[in-house]
Order: sequence, then C-alpha cells, then structure tokens
Amino acid sequence: MLIIVFPVYIAFVASTYDATSFTSGPAPLLPGPHLVENYSQILFEGASTLGAPPLTMMMWNSLVMALTIAIGKIAISIISAYAIVYFQFPFRVFAFWIIFVTLMLPVEVRIMPTFEVVANLHMLNSYAGLTIPLIASATATFLFRQFFLTVPDELVEAARVDRAGPVKFFFDILLPLSRTNIAALFVILFIFGWNQYLWPLLITTDSKFYTVVMGIKRMADVSDAQPQWHIVMSAVILAGLPPVLVVIFMQRLFVKGLTETEK
Amino acid sequence: MAMIEITDLEKTYQGGIHAVKGINVSIADGEFIVLVGPSGCGKSTMLRMVAGLETITGGTVSIGDRVVNDLDPAERDIAMVFQNYALYPHMSVRQNLSYGLKNQGLPKAVIETRVAEAARILEIGDYLDRKPRNLSGGQRQRVAMGRAIVREPAAFLFDEPLSNLDAKLRVQMRGEIKQLQKRLGTTSIYVTHDQLEAMTLADRLVVLNGGVIEQIGTPLEVYRKPASTFVASFIGSPAMNLIAAEHADGMARVGDASLNIRQQLNGTKRITLGIRPEDLLPVSAGTAGALPLTVAYVEELGAQRLVHGHVGGQSLVAAMDVERDITDVVHVTANMAALHIFDVETQQRLN
Repeated sequence: MLIIVFPVYIAFVASTYDATSFTSGPAPLLPGPHLVENYSQILFEGASTLGAPPLTMMMWNSLVMALTIAIGKIAISIISAYAIVYFQFPFRVFAFWIIFVTLMLPVEVRIMPTFEVVANLHMLNSYAGLTIPLIASATATFLFRQFFLTVPDELVEAARVDRAGPVKFFFDILLPLSRTNIAALFVILFIFGWNQYLWPLLITTDSKFYTVVMGIKRMADVSDAQPQWHIVMSAVILAGLPPVLVVIFMQRLFVKGLTETEK
Repeated sequence: MAMIEITDLEKTYQGGIHAVKGINVSIADGEFIVLVGPSGCGKSTMLRMVAGLETITGGTVSIGDRVVNDLDPAERDIAMVFQNYALYPHMSVRQNLSYGLKNQGLPKAVIETRVAEAARILEIGDYLDRKPRNLSGGQRQRVAMGRAIVREPAAFLFDEPLSNLDAKLRVQMRGEIKQLQKRLGTTSIYVTHDQLEAMTLADRLVVLNGGVIEQIGTPLEVYRKPASTFVASFIGSPAMNLIAAEHADGMARVGDASLNIRQQLNGTKRITLGIRPEDLLPVSAGTAGALPLTVAYVEELGAQRLVHGHVGGQSLVAAMDVERDITDVVHVTANMAALHIFDVETQQRLN
C-alpha cells in the first residue's frame, strides 16, 4: 500500500511548489503554497516552454480517445460474440479461432504495418486515426462469448416462442443480461484507452491531437533545460484522475449489477 | 383449442443418431397427453419438434388444420413451459408475462386484461412487480405457467416442468396443472420421465422407448394391460415382477412350481410372466400354484410392506399386509385375473 501510494503522494506534493523549491535540497513532505497557481497554469495555458498545449485540451483528446475505444470495443465485440455464439454459418469455429489468435498480437507488434495503413488512409492527426485501429478486440469478444455460452438455451427458446427475433432477443434480453459484463469491460477498456502511449505518439504531430499521457512525456523530455517538475507533476496528478473516477463510479454500478444478476 | 396430428414423425440428428422413429399420435381437442419414457427415449425431441424448436426430418405435425412443419415456434400458436422455467431474469413477473404479447403487437389494454386474468387464476397477483430471483421455486413455476396462459394458445407444451421442485411441491403443482388444464380445456402435451406424474395427469399416455411408441392408452389401460414387457416394467410402482416361465398345456412352470394360466398359447414354450407385487397373494404351503419365496429383505412402506426375495433363482417382490408375520420362506401365488403374459422373443403381450 505504502509503496504504491507514496510516489503518488510525492507527485502531489511536488505539484504544489514552485519551480525551484522542490529540486533544491531535501524534498518536502507536506504540500506547499502553489497548488492553485500550478494547476491553473497547466490546465489553461499549458507549458508553452515545454511545447505542450493546455492540459484541458489534451485531457479532452484523451477522453475522446478512451471513450471511443471503450464504447467501440464493447459494441463491436458484443456483436461479433453474438454472431459467433448464436448463429450457424460456414466456418463459424474458424472465425472464432481467427479472432482468438489475434489476442496474441498486441498493438506494439503490429504497430508499423498499422501505421502504414493509417497513413495511407490519411488518418494521421485525427480522432479516427487515434481510435479505429485500437477498437477491434479479441479479448472482449472472447469474454462476451464465454458469457453468452452460460445463458441457458431455454431462455433463447422461450424468446423464440415469445416471437422475439434475433434483433429483439439481442436488445431485449441479451443486452440487459450482459450489463454487468459491459460495466466491468468498460472500466478496463477506458483505462486501456486512456493509457495509450505509443500509438498516439506515433500518429500525432499536430499538438491539437496530443493526448495527456504522451503530453506528459513531452513535458518531461526537454533538451538543454531542467524539466519543470512542478508543472509535470500537476499534469501527472490530473492525468491520473479520470481513470480513478471511472473506477469509483463504475464500481458502484457493477457491484450493484453483480448482486442483482442471477441465473 | 385445436387437435394435434402427428404423422410418421422422424428425427435424425446430424451424425446419424435416429432419435424419433416414425411416430403416429392423434390428439383430440382439449386432451391431456403425457409422453413418458426413460431418458433418451425421444420424448423431449418429439415435444420440441411440435414446438418448432427442433427441425422435423420426416413426417408431419399439424396443429388445428395447419401443417406446421416449416413454421417458426412463434407462428405455431403454442405455449411452452420449460423445465428450468426460462423466465427472463431481468424482467419483473409482469414484464415476463406480457413480453410475448407485446411482441405480437396486441393493444396495451388487452395485454393488461390477460395478465390480470392469468395472475388471478394462478394467484400470483401479489408479486407481479417482483423479479424472478425473488420468487420461490413454486412461484417461478406458476409464473412460467402464467406466461403460457396469457398467450391463449391452441396447445400447451410442458417439458418436465415439475422436475426442479421438491417432492411435496411437485405433488401440489401436479394437481394444480391438472385442474388448470381441465378448466381451460386447452390441448396439452406433457413430457415426463416420472411414471407417477404421467399416470396422474394424463387423459392418455404415450409410452416411448428408443424412439418408438410402446403403447398409447388411458392410464388404467396402460396399467392393467401393458402391451410389452417394457411398459409393464416402466409403469407402476413398485415395478411389476417379470419372471421367466415354461409353458405347456395351459400351465406355466416357474422353477418347481406351476401356475395354471388358463389359456392355450399356440406353440409358445418360453414365456415371461408379469405379476404386480400387489397381485401376489400369500397362501399356505402346498396350495396349487404356490411359489416358495425365499425372503432376502423387507421394505416397510407403512401401509404395506414389500417383501424382496427369490423364487427358483429369479427375484420377486411381493406387497404384503403389515400385520402378517414374515418367515424365511413365504408362499405366494398370483392373482390369475391380473396375470400378464409376454412372449420372450418379441416381448409383446400374449393374453
């Protein structure tokens, strides 16, 4: 606990001092007087000397990216899992295994060819370029598939007798039943999207599309000067907040979902 | 309300498993038919083919005057009650009942009337707004029935609906299903492996074995005149004794004893005698036709006791009065009027 929390605390303390006092001499352990000043600077002005736009803009970019990826992944994977589990079509098992095999290829492995494709499609420096290549998700498809397999066949049959076609069954029965899984996945995928680093670093050159995680890296990585640690630390604290908020907020929802679900 | 006509019904699964082999049943309007048989006899497959949940690979099923082979379950005008109830867990009881009607596009007022009516009949009005998980097994069972009733279908299909309930509740629900079906007068097909449930519910029984019909008849017909050794051993509890005997001139020899079966069987030498435990009467040793039963153990049932033992190496069970003393060897003879005689080869009834 201490090992995890202490660095975060030090980051917070550092974000409340001015440029010099934290780097000279022993680091203070209590918050200093410049909290509001530092945070308003990083939020609204950015660190112009460090080549970073205001943090609000980067946060917005990160938010768009994380939300699009989370929602997109859930939407696509729940639909493909639905197809794989409930429909008979040629090469169904083969299709499943193809999806499953892609689990073995993380973003980093396929990053160069993906970059090439995105560049050729002129999607560099755009939200589409930031999100679309990351949306396909074998993991989520697999999780939904496993969940769908636990839904009793009789439920499907009861729905058929109740005149619910495939679309109706999906929206009226399967989707509400998957609520808990969707909430859990959303948390995981939002954080996954928020923490993307390498991909935004590669495909954005326009500072309008910088995301927060890569922005911090840029701020800390200056040549011929001291990084402005107090500003960087403010950015770190702010960048860490949304995932925490998502976890806290969604946790209530999916704990509620967990206690309500029953087969 | 409709009659159901099942003609030469066949089911062969992919992979060549022949589950249902040419079944013919004609079910009258308002009749309660019970399909009974051991697991794997094809009874559920048959029901699911009537429901449209399983494709028909041969023969026809017609409900009312329509051949429904190629119709969707929803278009067959049937309602099904599943073994595990298959209630939608995220919907309240009211939503569960009205979901199918809503999908049919019925007006709201009609749906409400029907749900209220079903709730009244089944006495589930108090928990219409609860979710299925907050209901007991018996209540869920009622909701599952309710979902069938609100649809006002031509036929009810029950797929072992009571097997998830405890014994006491099962007896109670059995009675309720019977009364309900009589009151509504809806043609019903009910699948079970429990012969007692089958006997008590059915207007007519269809006894299935290995995908073919062994016998169709009223519960009493099936009980009193089982058509084959299979039906004889399946229907009735405790099960009927089936013992091998040699036949000559109207007498059947079992070990050293011989029974006068009072009829000539042409050419048949080896037969199987079927005697229900309650049709074995204690007699004193030396009486004509007395079988010496060497007692192995005794089961007390309260109203009677079951004496297990063997005669000439063949096991035999006799139901006896609890007042009677049991000795090592008890002499019994069969009530000839209730004797069943089967061919050893064909296993069919001979008398």
